[in-house]
Amino acid sequence: MTALLHLALTFGMLSLLAVGGGTAVLPEMQTVLAHQFNIDHTTFVHIYSIGQLAPGPNMMMVLVFGFQVAGLLGATVVLFAFFLPSSILCLSVGRLWTRIGECPWRRAVQNALEPISIGLMCSGVYAVAKAAVVGPLTLGMAAVTLIVILFTRVNPVFMILGAGVAGATLMHFFGLK
Amino acid sequence: MNSPKSSDLVNDSQGVKSPDSTLWQLFYEFLLIGAVSFGGGIVAYERILLIEKRKWLTADEFMATLALSQTMPGLNSVNLAVLAGNQVRGTLGAIAAASGLILPGMVFVLIAGVAYSAGEDHPLVNMLLAGVAAGATGLLAAITFKIGSNRFRQVKSFAIIVSTFVLMSIFKLSLIWVLVIMGPLSLFIYRPQSGQEQSKQDGAR
Repeated sequence: MTALLHLALTFGMLSLLAVGGGTAVLPEMQTVLAHQFNIDHTTFVHIYSIGQLAPGPNMMMVLVFGFQVAGLLGATVVLFAFFLPSSILCLSVGRLWTRIGECPWRRAVQNALEPISIGLMCSGVYAVAKAAVVGPLTLGMAAVTLIVILFTRVNPVFMILGAGVAGATLMHFFGLK
Repeated sequence: MNSPKSSDLVNDSQGVKSPDSTLWQLFYEFLLIGAVSFGGGIVAYERILLIEKRKWLTADEFMATLALSQTMPGLNSVNLAVLAGNQVRGTLGAIAAASGLILPGMVFVLIAGVAYSAGEDHPLVNMLLAGVAAGATGLLAAITFKIGSNRFRQVKSFAIIVSTFVLMSIFKLSLIWVLVIMGPLSLFIYRPQSGQEQSKQDGAR
């Protein structure tokens, strides 16, 4: 029960702090899950990465953290805690919006939050990379994926799956890391 | 991208005939997006659905809705679904659209999560996941680079990006403190400029 309440508070908070999208809360999520829920960085990155293979919004993997902590009930709690607060807030403001109309401050807030959100995404890259890049092989594969996604229109899902298979093959047969 | 067949359903926004069917359509259409949008780009799918396929929003309405969903906390694609659903069918519409959008991914991650919990200790699974994690890191870096490329080149926004990163990753402040420090600072830098607009805002309250 305490664990569920704790999950609800943690992810409810993250929901409201997710400025500019879910990716902005990745580093905070990683820290909190490690310190308070004993989910180590490697497990975090594995679950995050599996989540990137899923269709739909890119943060659905939060449910798996809930599942790891407290089973299906935990996943359900995280689902509502992570999606309800921000959705209710957005809906309320959206309704207010149609009444008062566009004002210069909306634009100002968006302009102000954008670089903060990009800074947080950089922290997210750093946090994920620290756990995922463990040697020259993983570094190389991350770099190749980055370049291919930037310069081609290959679906990222194929790149991630390809990196998985290629990585496993090289590690298994050649002992690379 | 396969262009959806232009629907023969003519939907004049004034007189929607059967409200229940609109609710189902909202759920179903967003469920489709939630199921096929592998590898991101959901907002683009939502754009096609809302403006072209079902004509639930005009292009202008879509842009305004998108701007708001980017300003508010939460996932942009989910916020957009909530706002669009609300526009079409009120609160129920918002619930229908958002739950349709997240349902397929939810089923996917839960199955994957159970499988992961079962196979976590298998060496081959771990090798596979090490590669997958490296790929996901590359993807996240690419997305950050794409979204940030314009902002990296401007001095003001670059300074904010770097300060945010340093507070979060080097000083390891918790997110709420980073936002408490950087939010007002950045808002001050990007405050609306002319005094006229300022007074208009005060009047609008």
